[in-house]
Amino acid sequence: MSLRALNHEEPDRLYTVTGGRSRIDDDALDLVTLVIAENDPAPGMQSEHVTILRLCRHEPVAVVELSSHLRLPVSVVKILLLDLRDTGHITVRHPTSANATTHLADLETLKQVLVGLESL
Amino acid sequence: MDSKASDRAAEPGPAGAQAGAAGDVPLRRTARDALKIVIVGGFGVGKTTMVGSVSEIRPLSTEEVMTKAGVGIDDPSRVADKRTTTVAFDFGRISLDEHRVLYLFGAPGQERFWFIWDQLFSGSLGAVVLVDTRRLEDSFYPLDRLEHHKMPFVVAVNRFDGPDPQPSLGQVRDALSLDEDVPLVDCDARLRGSSKDVLITLVRHLTTLHDPAALHAPAAIKEAAQ
Repeated sequence: MSLRALNHEEPDRLYTVTGGRSRIDDDALDLVTLVIAENDPAPGMQSEHVTILRLCRHEPVAVVELSSHLRLPVSVVKILLLDLRDTGHITVRHPTSANATTHLADLETLKQVLVGLESL
Repeated sequence: MDSKASDRAAEPGPAGAQAGAAGDVPLRRTARDALKIVIVGGFGVGKTTMVGSVSEIRPLSTEEVMTKAGVGIDDPSRVADKRTTTVAFDFGRISLDEHRVLYLFGAPGQERFWFIWDQLFSGSLGAVVLVDTRRLEDSFYPLDRLEHHKMPFVVAVNRFDGPDPQPSLGQVRDALSLDEDVPLVDCDARLRGSSKDVLITLVRHLTTLHDPAALHAPAAIKEAAQ
């Protein structure tokens, strides 16, 4: 299903996927929070939950990549992820920048980013 | 759904990028800290091209929706009959080391997509404003918002397909009313090396902002000159 097709049927499908929930605490998950599955999908689990657990079974996957893969809006994926987190199926690695009190990243981080970029 | 199709139509790359999604080049298992840089600019300026030229994965695309209630904060007249507003955005990533991965987001600069900006800017290292000299006016709104968000940024002029002769960087700086301390560079967003240099310019700029003398000196000089 393309994003465009999804657009035409929203919000009905989105309503179903999330059980009617539409808002979450925006700070709970960042676009780049990394998600790792802690166990295999359980029988009877919602298909989107199953897909998420399969995608991040071996390596961490960012929220935004899950959103792209599931072809669901970021906010919908966040709701699904919070379900999985609250039931212990996933753990998340928040970006350290999410806790930053200022806009400016610390010097050590910036130096490491420079090293990484220069070696591209 | 004009808002949705808008930004990708003119930019090569993301069409069909959905297939494969997260599967192509997985993150390292040890990845634990993701960083963000936002590339913002007008319609068709080359944001996705820049993301794609340095990303270790093909640029991916996804979307965010804003319900009518939320949209109303901005300008309800523009969305009077829409139930939701959808914005599509592209992204790629660069694994920097064992633990750090840098995500690059291409963000549409149009005003009606304001609602995605907070999410993209939250925790971002900084931003690249990508400029097409034929449509400098497309940069005014993004520049204004970046200043409002107090988000550090550099400006990169994408020279790959502009008019000939092109305006100089000095002329671009004047036209955009850029402060002297905002780095302004030329680039060709199609080239990995050039896009990489733009990102390095941004990160070096961020390191100079840690030095209060470097940060405040230009402003002090300007004030003294007035």
